[in-house]
Amino acid sequence: MTVVFAIIALVTLGGAIAAMRLRNLVHCALCLVVAFGGLAAVFLQLDAQFVGLAQILVYIGAVAILIVFAILLTRGSEPPMQPVLTPSWVMGVGVAVLVFGSLAAAMLSSFVTHALTNPKADVAADVAVQRVGEKLMKDYVLPLEVVALLLTAALIGAVIIAVQEKRK
Amino acid sequence: MTSLECYLLLSALLFSIGLAGALTRRNAIIVLIGIELMLNAANLNFIAFWRYSEHPEALTGVLFVIFSIAVAAAEAAVGLALIIAVYRHYKTTHLDQVDSMKG
Repeated sequence: MTVVFAIIALVTLGGAIAAMRLRNLVHCALCLVVAFGGLAAVFLQLDAQFVGLAQILVYIGAVAILIVFAILLTRGSEPPMQPVLTPSWVMGVGVAVLVFGSLAAAMLSSFVTHALTNPKADVAADVAVQRVGEKLMKDYVLPLEVVALLLTAALIGAVIIAVQEKRK
Repeated sequence: MTSLECYLLLSALLFSIGLAGALTRRNAIIVLIGIELMLNAANLNFIAFWRYSEHPEALTGVLFVIFSIAVAAAEAAVGLALIIAVYRHYKTTHLDQVDSMKG
């Protein structure tokens, strides 16, 4: 484990925990930006340049801003913070810890993760992005079109759902 | 070089944090943020397995993550639109108070 990875992982996890725990919703959204940025750094560290930059563009640029807009549009509705140790809180955290425990046990006992210790040497940086474009336009052109259709339908649907209802 | 297990552990931790948030918080927007975190943890797994795989030149993991990001963006847009519609109706985003199917 390198120092760079340790720092990025700590920042990402800290941002994620803060996004889930803070009281002020705007602070939650800003901590979410930190977590997304850390994940983008992890992607870049894993030589996935295109995905790292797409993560910054889509999540930090679009999704986080969308969340801030939703928070501001639904302002003044924040429920009073209940005391921390309610039964449902204990249950939720318990389920999450159980899930993490089973995931960690599975991956630590798996032979696959032990076999794949070193990444293949060179996925050359500029070629990788060019190859992504070629793949998208050749092998994956049908899924690409389907995703375009899905995004159009989702955006039209979002507008229809959120638009002000007519007074009868 | 960092081993694959470190990335997988980071991804599992992120997933668990998102799950804990989605289960414990009662604000609909925070629940949506938790779901986004879980989606991102899955994306990290795709990228890590792609990077450590035998044939990274096939780019399967990268392309899957690109499509997954697009679907997650659509999900976030529709989810937030639904939350705004619910807020307009009930004047709250508190999930415990949104408990009736009648308009």
